[in-house]
Amino acid sequence: MRIVVDNKLCTGCETCLSSCPYDAIVLKDDKAFINEYCQLCRACLEVCPEGAIKEIETGVGVEDTTDRDSFRGVWVFAEQRDGRIADVSFELLGAGRRLADAREAGLSAVLFGADNSEAERLIHWGADRVYHSEAPVFEHFNDEPYVELLSRLISEHRPEILLTGATPTGRSFFPRVAARVGTGLTADCTSLEIDSETGNLLQVRPAFGGNIMATILCPYRRPQMATVRPRVMKKGQYDKTGTGEILKIKADDIQSKTRVTETIKEVSETMVNLQEADVIVAGGRGLGKIEGFQMLQELAGLLGGAIGASRAAVDEEWIPYSHQVGQTGKTVCPKIYIACGISGAVQHLVGMQSSDIIIAINKNPDAPIFNVANYAIVGDVYEVLPVIIQKLKEVKGI
Amino acid sequence: MKIIVCIKQVPDTAEVRINPETNTLIRDGVPSIINPFDLHAIEAGLHLKSELGGTVTVLTMGPPQAEDALREAISMGADEAVLLTDRAFAGSDTLATAYTMSSAVRTIGFDIILCGKQAIDGDTAQVGPEMAEFLNIPHVAYVGKFEEINAGMLRVQRLMDEGYDVVETSVPVLLTVVKELNQPRLPSLKGKMKAKKSVIKKLTHPDIGTEEKNLGLAGSPTQVKNIFAPEAKKDRKVLTGTPGEQAAQLIEELKSLKCI
Ligand SMILES: Cc1cc2nc3c(=O)[nH]c(=O)nc-3n(C[C@H](O)[C@H](O)[C@H](O)COP(=O)(O)OP(=O)(O)OC[C@H]3O[C@@H](n4cnc5c(N)ncnc54)[C@H](O)[C@@H]3O)c2cc1C
Ligand SMILES: Cc1cc2nc3c(=O)[nH]c(=O)nc-3n(C[C@H](O)[C@H](O)[C@H](O)COP(=O)(O)OP(=O)(O)OC[C@H]3O[C@@H](n4cnc5c(N)ncnc54)[C@H](O)[C@@H]3O)c2cc1C
Repeated sequence: MRIVVDNKLCTGCETCLSSCPYDAIVLKDDKAFINEYCQLCRACLEVCPEGAIKEIETGVGVEDTTDRDSFRGVWVFAEQRDGRIADVSFELLGAGRRLADAREAGLSAVLFGADNSEAERLIHWGADRVYHSEAPVFEHFNDEPYVELLSRLISEHRPEILLTGATPTGRSFFPRVAARVGTGLTADCTSLEIDSETGNLLQVRPAFGGNIMATILCPYRRPQMATVRPRVMKKGQYDKTGTGEILKIKADDIQSKTRVTETIKEVSETMVNLQEADVIVAGGRGLGKIEGFQMLQELAGLLGGAIGASRAAVDEEWIPYSHQVGQTGKTVCPKIYIACGISGAVQHLVGMQSSDIIIAINKNPDAPIFNVANYAIVGDVYEVLPVIIQKLKEVKGI
Repeated sequence: MKIIVCIKQVPDTAEVRINPETNTLIRDGVPSIINPFDLHAIEAGLHLKSELGGTVTVLTMGPPQAEDALREAISMGADEAVLLTDRAFAGSDTLATAYTMSSAVRTIGFDIILCGKQAIDGDTAQVGPEMAEFLNIPHVAYVGKFEEINAGMLRVQRLMDEGYDVVETSVPVLLTVVKELNQPRLPSLKGKMKAKKSVIKKLTHPDIGTEEKNLGLAGSPTQVKNIFAPEAKKDRKVLTGTPGEQAAQLIEELKSLKCI
């Protein structure tokens, strides 16, 4: 596959030049030309008013070597820390069930470490089968033992689809598994569907800091592997009477070249609050002063919510870093996110745009935050918020 | 100690926007920069060199223009720079990138390899761990602090969602670093002079003993099928009127959603 310009159609209008994030389209003899910087991101395909930019097949591509039909079933790798399974695993069982049904196949979970009662919870959350290893080597997270055992299980049982959470753990060891078994891995997915025609997994993920979304395919290799962002998939039905089998897997021969000597919990209260809160009231540079956050605190108190902030507000030292939401802060997904005086830079948006309901208050009607908002209030925070607070108090009879 | 820092030249994504009408990227004059996390990897490399001795080599795989990124790294203090460039590498996904990079690293020789946590364009964070797998060495991702540095062993802090792990690893090893690790230094004047004069070593596919079937598109199991703008909220409501009216409408909406 290559992207080329049809010289007969190109009028040299230059519309496409700025569409390329890699500066790979240049003007050559008054026609657009795509040079070797092209990364095949396809950003230019739709821009050309003449339809002169095209994808052509070059015959170069991944060979279809794996016996794809022999891979069946959907697997969820369940992450545990300190013996407790992370919530994202149950979310993935919800998503996994949907995919398994579409492929008319079974749903399995894989659990390394933790005890049998945790393995049972995976069944209650929808797994038909659990591959469980209680080997001591899995007490702490080390990449190599995880990679070794999961790769063995893949070779033996040949799942068609393999998912885990896009957490520090999942994003660290899944790439190695993909490299070991020689397949593709899609990072940080926010949506997963089965293509009804081909049966392939359509994996949607943000790239370019959340500026664009991309659909990724792994058509010729199996398993199709993906890490999935926490808190975007819906959990399935919890059924305490659900039944399934738990297979115990030995791993006595597996060793690690890395060793965890300590695990330190540094969960500030704000972190917990932020990631678990149903409501987040967040402030940005538009608050103009530290006192603005007192007003947000009052609103958050009334809604039972937590306080978030943009980096600009953190840089101003109006609020500690632990409250920062965004690319270099926390990713949150509350039911309601109220952005006050935040412009909506992409680095902020990636941390909060999957919230259920976004309310934005901003003076500037063109602020990008309004593009992701369900409710847009164009106005001064200091005029709007006090009235909202007052009315809320009335509703609550305070 | 042979320290290799992998750096990627990326468009400054903070300035890339999508045109909601045409669904396409707008990139007017968006500059190319060294991936921000890789600046921290360079700084870490220079720090390890000051503790353990040895050399820092920066390596990038990309088009010829990526030389700019390498020169910038030299101006920060890197000893030498290698550009891995070949048309055969075009269209690589992370697996093909990691395969190619690990072959190059093997050709150059290494003890410690440093990568950024992730590149801000592809955003996958996969190249580092995949390289470690191809090289059959351990890796530690998300390194936020060095606790102890020895020629044969490193003790580092690995940042997790809720705190951190203290991890000991043998050397050779690959580390991916986060910005909490250090403050990258600025290029020095002397460094800039050196960068101008430095010869950038170029490696191509035949130089690193790679197999054609594992390179570029042929070696990339994943394909980008299409790209599109993040969904703009279809159901957006603009609340108008005086602040009092706006507030009243919001309260009504929240009530109807059973949020209050
Ligand atoms: C590598 C990198 C990582 C980053 N990571 C993050 C991150 O994790 N999180 C993050 O948030 N940012 C991050 N940033 C910074 C980001 O690019 C923006 O600079 C930042 O989010 C801006 O914060 P802000 O919206 O509060 O400020 P501004 O962009 O200055 O916006 C202030 C807004 O307030 C409005 N306003 C002003 N006065 C009022 C008023 N009285 N009433 C109502 N509205 C008013 C203005 O119209 C404006 O829209 C990162 C940047 C980089 C380069
Ligand atoms: C929209 C889009 C989506 C994509 N999604 C996927 C996907 O889901 N899965 C997939 O396998 N591929 C994907 N790709 C391809 C992937 O972006 C490229 O393979 C890219 O070259 C490496 O991935 P990255 O940018 O994510 O790097 P990361 O893995 O995030 O980079 C981590 C670190 O590795 C080092 N590094 C990475 N690349 C280089 C380099 N070229 N030279 C030197 N050092 C480097 C740097 O130290 C960097 O900090 C996608 C591409 C696009 C355009």
